[in-house]
Amino acid sequence: MAATEQKLPVTGAGPFNGVLTWIDQRFPLLSLWREHVSEYYAPKNFNFWYYFGSLAMFVLVLQIVTGIFLVMHYKPDAAQAFASVEYIMRDVPWGWLIRYMHSTGASAFFIVIYLHMFRGLMYGSYRQPRELVWIFGMIIYLMLMAEAFFGYLLPWGQMSYWGAQVIVNLFDALPLIGPDLALWIRGDFVVSDATLNRFFAFHVIAIPLVLVGLVAAHIMALHEVGSNNPDGVEIKAKLGPDGHPLDGIPFHPYYTVKDTFGVMVFLGLFAIVLFFMPEFGGYFLEYNNFVPADPLKTPQHIAPVWYFTPYYSILRATTADFKLVLSAAALAMAFLIVRSPFRAKTKALAVFVTVALLVGFYFIDAKVWGVVLMGLAVMIFFLLPWLDVSPVKSIRSKGPLYKSALAVFVVVFLVLGYFGTQPVSPFATYMAQLGTLLYFAFFFLMPWYSRMDKTKPVPERVTV
Amino acid sequence: MKAMRAVALLCVLAPALALASETEFTLDHAPIDAHDTESLQRGARTFVNYCLNCHSANYMRYNRLRDIGLTEQQIRDNLIFTEAKVGDLMKIAADAKDAKEWFGAPPPDLTVIARSRSSEAGSGSDWLYTYLRTFYRDSSRPTGWNNVVYPNVGMPHALWQLQGEQVMKEAQAPGPGYMRTVQQLALDKPGTLKPVEFDQLVADLVNYMTYMSEPAREDRITLGLYALIVISILIALTYALKKEFWKDVH
Amino acid sequence: MADTDLDRAKRRFLLTATTLGCGVAAGAAAVPFVASMLPSERAKAAGAPVEVDISKLEPGQKMIVEWRGKPVWVVRRTPEMLKAVQADDERVADPQSTRSQQPSYAKNEYRSLKPDLLVLVGICTHLGCSPVDRLEPKPEPFAADWHGGFYCPCHGSLFDLAGRVYKNKPAPDNLTVPPYKLVGDAKLVIGDDTQGA
Repeated sequence: MAATEQKLPVTGAGPFNGVLTWIDQRFPLLSLWREHVSEYYAPKNFNFWYYFGSLAMFVLVLQIVTGIFLVMHYKPDAAQAFASVEYIMRDVPWGWLIRYMHSTGASAFFIVIYLHMFRGLMYGSYRQPRELVWIFGMIIYLMLMAEAFFGYLLPWGQMSYWGAQVIVNLFDALPLIGPDLALWIRGDFVVSDATLNRFFAFHVIAIPLVLVGLVAAHIMALHEVGSNNPDGVEIKAKLGPDGHPLDGIPFHPYYTVKDTFGVMVFLGLFAIVLFFMPEFGGYFLEYNNFVPADPLKTPQHIAPVWYFTPYYSILRATTADFKLVLSAAALAMAFLIVRSPFRAKTKALAVFVTVALLVGFYFIDAKVWGVVLMGLAVMIFFLLPWLDVSPVKSIRSKGPLYKSALAVFVVVFLVLGYFGTQPVSPFATYMAQLGTLLYFAFFFLMPWYSRMDKTKPVPERVTV
Repeated sequence: MKAMRAVALLCVLAPALALASETEFTLDHAPIDAHDTESLQRGARTFVNYCLNCHSANYMRYNRLRDIGLTEQQIRDNLIFTEAKVGDLMKIAADAKDAKEWFGAPPPDLTVIARSRSSEAGSGSDWLYTYLRTFYRDSSRPTGWNNVVYPNVGMPHALWQLQGEQVMKEAQAPGPGYMRTVQQLALDKPGTLKPVEFDQLVADLVNYMTYMSEPAREDRITLGLYALIVISILIALTYALKKEFWKDVH
Repeated sequence: MADTDLDRAKRRFLLTATTLGCGVAAGAAAVPFVASMLPSERAKAAGAPVEVDISKLEPGQKMIVEWRGKPVWVVRRTPEMLKAVQADDERVADPQSTRSQQPSYAKNEYRSLKPDLLVLVGICTHLGCSPVDRLEPKPEPFAADWHGGFYCPCHGSLFDLAGRVYKNKPAPDNLTVPPYKLVGDAKLVIGDDTQGA
């Protein structure tokens, strides 16, 4: 705020007015509060799906707080880690509660984030002018995956150990630098004490720090452009006489009270899992992870935790035979691009990329492509703001093509997730391959179906 | 809107749907009751007498057994046969290297075995209850014992004097439309306990091992009920508050 | 509308109730976190009472036992040593042990349950060093007329054979006597003085 501005008393009354005013004269307390809370005008038609943003924030705080208290007792040492977790579960007063909060919170975080992302997909929250909100959000998602992956090694159970072993070996597949990179990540020839120590450092310091910064950026970017809403109406286009959006209401008190209610309902569901089914049928705490890590013995069936399984399915779907299907898909894409009204340069680039891919599919083995496809499956979300060329944002205005595509995508994501938890079988592999094709079709064909779709006009004002 | 909520619900519930899967044998349901302190105490005694020689319970303290209604003096007098103090962990003196030589693998620590043996086929308690009752004589094995649930297991039948010796016999059983040959366990030489008594002994033991795998379980469930009551009140309050404020908007 | 007095009252009531409710719940939720920093079962087990066999402790000898990570001295005092304690009364700062820490059964002339058996936490009450024993009555560099006792090398505090601090020394109080009991003649239990268990 400009220094010349006349600073007014913060509340004008109340027991803390003096202190708050003193602070405000030295720190932009009031203007921050106004800008981001009391005078941040949000559309008044937020529905059920808009709870998950504040819930994600709540779970982040929960994870950080419980994490701090776990670190007081946990030992990042291959010889002591497993025992220290059981020590927390038994000997530390209330340790079991804090540990279950953290382990349940990890899964809850991904449930909340996936629903939050689905909200964005539904209402086009990634579209112009919110591309950066989406991109910050995607980086948060990537960091969250890294955070979960590093954290999962810490209990030093069999699943921790072999999960880390498998994921680190993915890097081994990369051409040229792969083996050295994997060695560098592990700091040893196998996952070991050195790996545990560095994963601990990433899990408790590095990534949480980045996450908190990114969350701040995500919210600042959001508040810069304003929130989207289920109707996809830009509320800033219609201002009232007071200069505030006609369809907007101050975040505080309306959304603070609403989100508080949301947090309470979340806490109810969270408590049901936490107190009555903390293992959640082996999905939140895997049974094999109650066996200490044994570098000489791989468990019969290893699967990542449920939130990674859609991508794990894509990894496993990529077999040598599947490369033929991928080649055909690449050719079809090239044909589609060439036949569409793009600039000649774009078409040439598409043909070049396709040829490169075909050569790659022929010469490089499936293991590498599995890793590439898995990485692409996550990274492709970044391109969403530019793949969707529909004239409208929200699913309420979009036509049957986009609605069907999104429905298929959600089903595919769940099916891939399900088969990722199952042992390999020919049927599972077939389903995973079909799922992989449909997964990428949702993104790569979006420029076409979002353009062809029959859209409805966006309403003038939000509907409540 | 409803459909979308259904999708959201599916996202939450999808993992639970993944539970159904087929297995080779069915586990017997362990008839255990976490509130039956006498059963737990009998189980604890069986555990320290029969298991805690080769297997450790390295994360469990003896004095934690106060949970199941024992005093420190009772624990000291009846359950500690070593130099251990009452606050010590249930460690064993056996050398892991020796054990590996005798059994092919060091006997695993049993503190959380009732959790780690859970699977889609049943709870870890069911697995233990079935496993401990399905040892049979098998001369092809180095120990002379084999097991139905854990084929080619390295551990001999520790409770054989109580149960007696079982053998695997072929028997005729009705299949889908025809009689088929199945392998069945039969008691060859009876032990000191009747089969019913032996089943009860194993049930007590499994009850104890289930308790030991998560001593905080009962506290967790009790606290959960209180937490849900408090959260329900807060849900009601915050809902009323939200409705009251949103009168301005609607 | 919210402008009526009735609505305002309701709103204020709900706000207060929710704030109070959430505040109480948050306070309750903080309890496990705060409590998790208290000594764990492991720490309690390590701090459990220690049993010592004192049947082989000869008169005039001292043994050191670890209790809660601290050295505990057990000295079997000879009659001469007990006389030396009596003679020290005017040299020490707190002869009646009015300020120092000891169980009630050790708040007496010899600061012990049984006169001959001295049990002390061997930590100087000044800054936490462990004094060394100079049990023999003979001239010492720090005191020409020494009756026997303990000498703290860090800052020169002197204690007599009952752990009482000498006058004009840095240590403020007599050495602490831990709770203890005797089971028969041979077994000393340090850290537990409950009878009949």
